[in-house]
Amino acid sequence: MSAILVVGASHAGIHAAASLREGGYAGSITVVGAEDHLPYHRPPLSKDYLLGVTERDGFALRPEAFYASREIELRRGVRVEKVDATSGTATTDTGDTLAFDRLVLATGARVRRLDVPGGGLDDVVHMRDLDDADRLKALLPGVRRAVVVGGGFIGLESAAVLARNGVTVTVVEAGDRLLGRAVSPELSAWSADLHRHHGVEVRTGCAVSALEGETTVRQAVLTDGGRLDTDLVVVGIGVEPRLELADQLGLAVDGGIIVDAQARTSAAGIVAAGDATVQPHPLGDGTMVRLESVQNATDQAAAAAWSLLGKAPRTQPVVPWFWSDQYDAKLQMAGAPSSHDRAVLRGSPADGSFTHLLYRRGVLVGAESVNAPADFVAVRRALATGASPDPDRVSDTSVKLKTLL
Amino acid sequence: MPGVVYFDPYGEEHRIDADEGQSVMETAVANGVPGIVGQCGGSLACASCHVYVHDEWLARTGEVSEMEDDMLDGAMAERRPQSRLSCQIRMSDDLDGLTVEVAPEQL
Repeated sequence: MSAILVVGASHAGIHAAASLREGGYAGSITVVGAEDHLPYHRPPLSKDYLLGVTERDGFALRPEAFYASREIELRRGVRVEKVDATSGTATTDTGDTLAFDRLVLATGARVRRLDVPGGGLDDVVHMRDLDDADRLKALLPGVRRAVVVGGGFIGLESAAVLARNGVTVTVVEAGDRLLGRAVSPELSAWSADLHRHHGVEVRTGCAVSALEGETTVRQAVLTDGGRLDTDLVVVGIGVEPRLELADQLGLAVDGGIIVDAQARTSAAGIVAAGDATVQPHPLGDGTMVRLESVQNATDQAAAAAWSLLGKAPRTQPVVPWFWSDQYDAKLQMAGAPSSHDRAVLRGSPADGSFTHLLYRRGVLVGAESVNAPADFVAVRRALATGASPDPDRVSDTSVKLKTLL
Repeated sequence: MPGVVYFDPYGEEHRIDADEGQSVMETAVANGVPGIVGQCGGSLACASCHVYVHDEWLARTGEVSEMEDDMLDGAMAERRPQSRLSCQIRMSDDLDGLTVEVAPEQL
């Protein structure tokens, strides 16, 4: 009987398994995941879960019964250590051997550690998994002051939750602006104002050079010579793709497992999806990108399943997008924002509801919204269908965006 | 437990018992109904759970909020009077037998 092995049990791995069944695959499916938990939605970890709005059983990707009903064997708390495509076997850290004839790599990424003296002190939390969120949640009641290292989405979402819990927060970002990799300078500035408005101190162009304390962190030493007293350090300085298995398999790798638009790796019968992959940007000119988002993980996983089953690729265009919740602001980003040469504002930053429509040579290439999901959906649809609303007309909020498409 | 009937984009019928209070999107994802993605986890951010509610049930599924209305305008598949985002319909005994058709394309 045919056997497909899925390594990784987060958004990409689970969606790949579900898509294989949806595509009519009747052979065996085994999904191996290193975490003990029932696979879960990651976005709430640094948002509603940390805030206490969403309970733990409220964000499973699928209920436990789903796996049995679809005959998907889910192995939790198990790590694949060795994989050999020639013999079609994988070996786990529990000593089991799993046979497969096709393979889905959804190995994801590991958190980048803060590599400074004192980085291993107690109450330094690197945010990535449910266990990390639980640690942070357990510490919260005793925390008065916190330092957040990294002004990306994870850091800022964590900062927002801490601030809402009455914690005095300082965000330290090495780059010259917040969210530097992901949004326009205008939205960076708006985001910094948002956090300052909630009492968070934002320090850009500055990094942590050491953490000090006896067993528990008590002070953060900054590269500008400053020192911050603190009860807690939250680290969100990015992730690194897990490539060990791809390397063992001899797959083409360049800062991620190289896949094509159908999620195929350089080896037949092996597909890959999610944070561990690099791919040609779905809306781009062939530039390779590593996309870290739920949307990418699920869309790529579906493509991966279709490829393994030999089905024709879906014709529906893929528009990369992701979101972030900070305080009452929902930030949504779509397309290829880094390639734009003109940003047109629609709405009012002062009122906290607006969209930047991003153009390159007069053609819509992306958007970033704050509390404007309807405009955001209209833009995603425009990007998916190749429509490009006239940049000179989109700022008029009395005209619905959809009427310009 | 109130039941929901889904017709997926392949024309297959799925009869599923929902938990009271669970949304029509959550019920579909929990049971692997093809075509309903629910990427944003139900936070009204993505328009990937578009369904057409059968006429006899439409009134009972409640009002469409302005936000949902605007988002449905941007949905990938054709918008019809029966269009809803299934994350916005909560199951109750009153909806036992609710019948929906999953939109052929999701954003």
